[in-house]
Amino acid sequence: MENRELLVSVRDLKKSFGEREILKGISFDVYRGDVVCIIGPSGSGKSTLIRCINHLEQPSGGEILYRGQSLKDAFKKLTLFRTKVGMVFQSFNLFNNMTVLENCTVGQIKVLGKNKEAAKATAIKYLKHVGMDSYVNAKPHQLSGGQKQRVAIARALALEPEVLLMDEPTSALDPEMVGEVLHVMRELAQEGLTMVIVTHEMAFARDVSSRVIFIDQGVVAEDAPPDELFNKPQNQRTKDFLKRFQN
Amino acid sequence: MPETFFGWVAFLLDQYGTVLIKGAVVTLLLAIVGTFIGCLIGLVVGIIQTIPLDENDGQVKKSVVKALQWLLDAYVEIFRGTPMIVQAMVVYYGAMSVFNIDMSPMFAGFLVVSINTGAYMAETVRGGIESVDIGQKEAAVAIGMDHFQTMRCVILPQALRNVMPQLGNNLIINIKDTSVLNVISVTELYFASKSAAGVYYKYFEIFFITCVIYFIMTFTASRLLRWVESKMDGPKDYQLVEYDPMMDPCGHVPLPTKKQKGRY
Repeated sequence: MENRELLVSVRDLKKSFGEREILKGISFDVYRGDVVCIIGPSGSGKSTLIRCINHLEQPSGGEILYRGQSLKDAFKKLTLFRTKVGMVFQSFNLFNNMTVLENCTVGQIKVLGKNKEAAKATAIKYLKHVGMDSYVNAKPHQLSGGQKQRVAIARALALEPEVLLMDEPTSALDPEMVGEVLHVMRELAQEGLTMVIVTHEMAFARDVSSRVIFIDQGVVAEDAPPDELFNKPQNQRTKDFLKRFQN
Repeated sequence: MPETFFGWVAFLLDQYGTVLIKGAVVTLLLAIVGTFIGCLIGLVVGIIQTIPLDENDGQVKKSVVKALQWLLDAYVEIFRGTPMIVQAMVVYYGAMSVFNIDMSPMFAGFLVVSINTGAYMAETVRGGIESVDIGQKEAAVAIGMDHFQTMRCVILPQALRNVMPQLGNNLIINIKDTSVLNVISVTELYFASKSAAGVYYKYFEIFFITCVIYFIMTFTASRLLRWVESKMDGPKDYQLVEYDPMMDPCGHVPLPTKKQKGRY
């Protein structure tokens, strides 16, 4: 465990919206190759947590560390950190004014400063990976939900991030499309991509993750390998939560 | 002298056709240039008014942006809240008596139409920017774009597409409303018509012609903008690329449509 490379650490993270405290001090580490699934009841702060990691939401307290360094020390600009942590959204958020290919190249060109040809090659490599390379000329509104999400994954991967954050990537999909996206995620996990995934797909979390974090009422209630967490949960709240999934 | 209504119309067209056409050209020029400059003003004002401020921004940036937004707010309210005919009088005669600037009526006309349109377009652009789904901005930020890149690459192209119908509205309104500039003796279509009508006291006949000319101009503008909108939307369908795109040294050439038709 110790010689593995530490990538992102969450340290005593707090977040309030006005008077309401959503996150009450959350800490965990993400090492290279980890697949961390974050589960928990609705409204427990899972999405807020993952949005705080790349500072889409400004944390109210605590901090995010990159390789043990504070973000201020590690990066000149916050935007550079964001290229190291890719993000996949529940509602896809593909750029509507661009084709599939442009969606995957714009970040490389504008943010990483790559030239067009190199960006295109990388984009197509990752579009192929998610099985969407033949749709390069399509616009987002012409795609199905599952296809959009696969393109969104390719867009995030095209920046070659070290960690991929996924905020309920299958929650907005029709049941028949959930499978194709989970399949892609499973493959990425097997290839050793580091991922932090907020999910309600318990079977996926059990099979694929290296660690599961159960969040309830703004704190980490339990943080354990999937075997332990699903089979011998220690915390009463974890037990209650899991009961609802086991029929 | 002609006896019938259409006889008079034909006679007046023959006599004053050129004058009316010249007036129509001035009207079009005022409307198009005014709308264009107005759109640029509106774009800049709209963008400034939607600059987000958060707690991380410095005090200096905050106060500069706030002051600027207050000023632009005042501009929008004043020029939206007063009639263009009055603005024309104030600008034209005001410049002369207060600043001793003797601008030509035509220049005053361009100025008034532009800043008036700018005030309306500023609100339209602001609405256009705010109507773009927040997820678009978040996705841009999440791949590392800064505020300027997010605006330029993602938000504005979508916002501008959304404001196109309103831009058409403004152009049509301007073609008609430049008629008020006759009060500062800009020789646009209405002014030309009034002069022509006075010669034979044939107001109805002349203004019937004027009506038709105005309608032709606005209708053409309206259809033209529809066409531009459809061009902006791009093709409705797309082609699958069924070969290895990396093999093609010329980049993506869509496959012929006919072969692919019926697939979707």
